[in-house]
Amino acid sequence: MLLKKKELSRELKNFTINFGPQHPAAHGVLRLILELDGEVVTRADPHIGLLHRGTEKLIEYKTYIQALPYFDRLDYVSMMSQEHTYSLAVEKLGGVKIPRRAQIIRVLFAEITRILNHLLAVGCHAMDVGAMTPFLWAFEEREKLMEFYERVSGARMHAAYIRPGGVSLDLPLGFLDDLYLFANQFNLRLDEIEEMLTGNRIWKERLVDVGVVSSKKAIDWGFSGVMLRGSGIPWDLRKTQPYEIYSELEFSVPVGNSGDCYDRYLIRVEEMRQSLNLIQQSLTLLDVGPIKSSNYKLNPPYRSEMKNSMEAVIHHFKLYTEGIVLPFGETYTATEAPKGEFGVYLISNNTEKPYRCKIKAPGFGHLQALNEMSKGHMIADVVTIIGTQDIVFGEVDR
Amino acid sequence: MNIQIKKFEELNKIVPVLVYQRSIDESSIVVSHENVLLSLYCLKQHIGYQYNLLTCISGVDFLGKEYRFSVVYDLLSLNYNTRLKVKLFVNEVTTVPSSINVFINANWWEREIWDLYGIYFYNHTDLRRILTDYGFEGNPMKKDFPLSGFSELRYDDSKKRIVAEPLELTQEFRSFTFETPW
Repeated sequence: MLLKKKELSRELKNFTINFGPQHPAAHGVLRLILELDGEVVTRADPHIGLLHRGTEKLIEYKTYIQALPYFDRLDYVSMMSQEHTYSLAVEKLGGVKIPRRAQIIRVLFAEITRILNHLLAVGCHAMDVGAMTPFLWAFEEREKLMEFYERVSGARMHAAYIRPGGVSLDLPLGFLDDLYLFANQFNLRLDEIEEMLTGNRIWKERLVDVGVVSSKKAIDWGFSGVMLRGSGIPWDLRKTQPYEIYSELEFSVPVGNSGDCYDRYLIRVEEMRQSLNLIQQSLTLLDVGPIKSSNYKLNPPYRSEMKNSMEAVIHHFKLYTEGIVLPFGETYTATEAPKGEFGVYLISNNTEKPYRCKIKAPGFGHLQALNEMSKGHMIADVVTIIGTQDIVFGEVDR
Repeated sequence: MNIQIKKFEELNKIVPVLVYQRSIDESSIVVSHENVLLSLYCLKQHIGYQYNLLTCISGVDFLGKEYRFSVVYDLLSLNYNTRLKVKLFVNEVTTVPSSINVFINANWWEREIWDLYGIYFYNHTDLRRILTDYGFEGNPMKKDFPLSGFSELRYDDSKKRIVAEPLELTQEFRSFTFETPW
């Protein structure tokens, strides 16, 4: 009898709490079932799918052009990177080469998006950990970047600007000057944010040696992007499997050596600086020329052409009613999105709709390692780990 | 580059390959569902391939085919910088061995396929639904599952909670297909 009582009291020590789905540090609608031994996490079971919208199913019922805006809404802080991946996949299946100006504009926006994403990642991470100021500064800069989005597409976030075959519109007048001005001042803003965080004792106490992932574990868990580089593996798809004009650009890939949250924070900051560098390089390469392929089966003709050419009007009509027809084929196209490797596995079947469009979201892979990363840490460190994984539920739940 | 192509054709020396496929510049192999674990393990461990990173597992539904479902493993070799798709084809009743023991991150990808396609992975430690709602029935990514689903949710003010009701549409879902290719 006495023995049984002892066992009972031991069982009572572990308790289970529910974290989320509505929690400011859960970065959206994450529901975590945490099993705690005192304040130490023994098991974390993420329940996802609370933001599941059936994107993949919906895409199967849409034409290739109509499917594009869904990609903005997946990871809603790095919109254009995902449009970019999808556009590359469609172009690959269609066998289309896009003009150089379009490639450079894509790189410009891919890097703007990277800064946009990392600002939110670092800012929100800092706020989760307790530093409010960098968050506000980061959002001020994000606002400027979203203004660039707005100027080319009319929308601050869900731009639908990068399209199969190029980009939808040419850059407006004065855009490049303003982007240049931004690129010149942003380094200083980054310095300010770093001043608040990098050497900060509290920040370091919360991040150093938290959520350590060894390089072997990082590969086993199928990590990509910052999570993989943080563990010391120099793997960046822009370098290893270059697309667009990345092979011509010079940039370095920051790599961490201890694989903890602090390393990943440093990598994100350094990647922003590298992105600035890339923006400046792309600006010098930019030349006049067409911004979309001249293949009318894939791209609508220019407005001016439609005023004079019957052929162009017919193409425009067919493209927007019927859509693009891609021959039989399949492709897994991946790009280096800010969060990691974003892949699209597209199967076409000679119709205007994709037969299957599987979206490989980096966050999905990262979040399933949460249990292992947070095991043995305090409950407050779970928030740090979610922050460092840079989870956005639009892409995890799809 | 040359070495890679030669190696791709030599794959059948270590893996029981049924079919080679080459789509544009991407290579994939088809293996039988009994041999998939062996194949994945060999591809992961073999010094000449080292496909040590599982990028994702996707399910595909080819409705009307004899082997209806396809499971596609996307592998990436960091050392050789190559990708390979390993495919298997199963019908509705065949089960697939879980590859958790080869790649630990197969866990959630397989749960996703179980949830969305209803392909059962045996030896999986934790095969729960993942993306759909608690208590959801059916496999929404199957091609014969309607886009609108079967039930709709709304907030019932008298019951003060969300209730699920059978779906009622005022207009059938219309699919426009065009018969004149251009």
